[in-house]
Amino acid sequence: MNDTAEVLECPALKPADFKSKVKPIWCPGCGDYAVLMVITKALAALELKPENVAILSGIGCSSRIPAYSSCYGFHGVHGRSLPAATGLKVARPDLTVLCTGGDGDGFSIGGNHFLHACRRNVDITYIVMDNQVYGMTKGQASPTTDPDWDSVLTPGGTGIRPFQPLVIALASGANFVARAFSGDTHGTMDMIIAAIKHPGFSFVQILSPCVTFRPDQKEWRHMVRTAPVPTTDDPARAARRIMTDDGFNLGILYQGDRPPYQISYRDHVEDPASMGEEFRI
Amino acid sequence: MSTHQVKDLPPQLAMEMHNIAELLAHALALEEEASERYAELAEIMQAHNNPDAAELFTRMAGVEQLHVDGIRQQIRQRKLTDLPSAQYRWLGLEGPETTDHADLHYLMTPRQALMLALLNEQRAHDFYNDICRHSSDPEVIELARELAAEEREHVAWVELWLGRFPPTEDGWDHDDDPPNLQA
Repeated sequence: MNDTAEVLECPALKPADFKSKVKPIWCPGCGDYAVLMVITKALAALELKPENVAILSGIGCSSRIPAYSSCYGFHGVHGRSLPAATGLKVARPDLTVLCTGGDGDGFSIGGNHFLHACRRNVDITYIVMDNQVYGMTKGQASPTTDPDWDSVLTPGGTGIRPFQPLVIALASGANFVARAFSGDTHGTMDMIIAAIKHPGFSFVQILSPCVTFRPDQKEWRHMVRTAPVPTTDDPARAARRIMTDDGFNLGILYQGDRPPYQISYRDHVEDPASMGEEFRI
Repeated sequence: MSTHQVKDLPPQLAMEMHNIAELLAHALALEEEASERYAELAEIMQAHNNPDAAELFTRMAGVEQLHVDGIRQQIRQRKLTDLPSAQYRWLGLEGPETTDHADLHYLMTPRQALMLALLNEQRAHDFYNDICRHSSDPEVIELARELAAEEREHVAWVELWLGRFPPTEDGWDHDDDPPNLQA
């Protein structure tokens, strides 16, 4: 090895290299701390570089993640992280694009974008930290809240059937569907690595307890289990499994082989003058 | 909300280590994970203006880092250069000495933080004991027994340290302006 090669050689990055200097201000005990740690570990394990990764988010506690990362980040509009991520990935297919957010941001405010992001199958990894509550706005019921969750804001519960994110992702065309638990850091890291590596739209629902507004969720660590079935590439079988489980089976539940959507640029489109000519009225 | 509701010790599962390298790889991962987590918890407590708990977690991170150094020394002495990759098998969801994020409380006392450390040390002791019971390689059993004895010493040390802190009083989690006004 000559001197030049020695100078150019970069040491492997560590998880800490993917963290920014901004310290998280989530409530102590929040599952999102573990998710942040797992994402940085996964990016380091994949030997990516912060400048080649973009993390986008909407609004909510978990959507603060881009600020805590040294990767490129975009803390966007409520529920709109997926359209921004789609645009970014289509324009810059060389980047690894992650979307992070919560259940309210992703399934209510951004619900329609979720459906179409699954359908479009752009190569994005969407990580939803699901705590079944709007924590940042002080504990309102979210789309995934159980109908009988009794609280001051929803006395007697909402009485509304919860949104089923995994099966809806599957039905809408997501190419990778997994469920993780923030307390299972090793298992979650494996799933995020697999999700990033898998081509197309990958959706990872992470059960991430809100210890302030849903202290009952501390029990999740005793309720989760590894799914007793292997990953399938059959969407019908995956749907049946997801619809019949109790929401605590962890693992990669579906891994499809649908080719991801990507615009094929024509040479002349890359020339601004030609593009102007094409759209001239 | 009580930080005393920490995770139960998991049921004892068969934990067989097939060779010294496998055992030391687990021991190293166990201590590194514990040290990193304590350091993270210290940062969290600092950010939430609980300097006493932050200081305690910082000290625990330092203690665990010493244990990391000790395991690394053993690895060097045995000239083990090819440790198995990071496919660890724990009895719980994380390493036995790793504090669960969910057991934190922003108002927790140093004594409560130390109680978490005590449980971590007890779990580590049980982990190595379990390996002794389920492994057949005599060298593995001998080292696991040594490591279990070390963890027993750590348990005694934390118990001694606990004696320096007064019992946590009722109302320790009272906050005039709590984040959750619905509770």
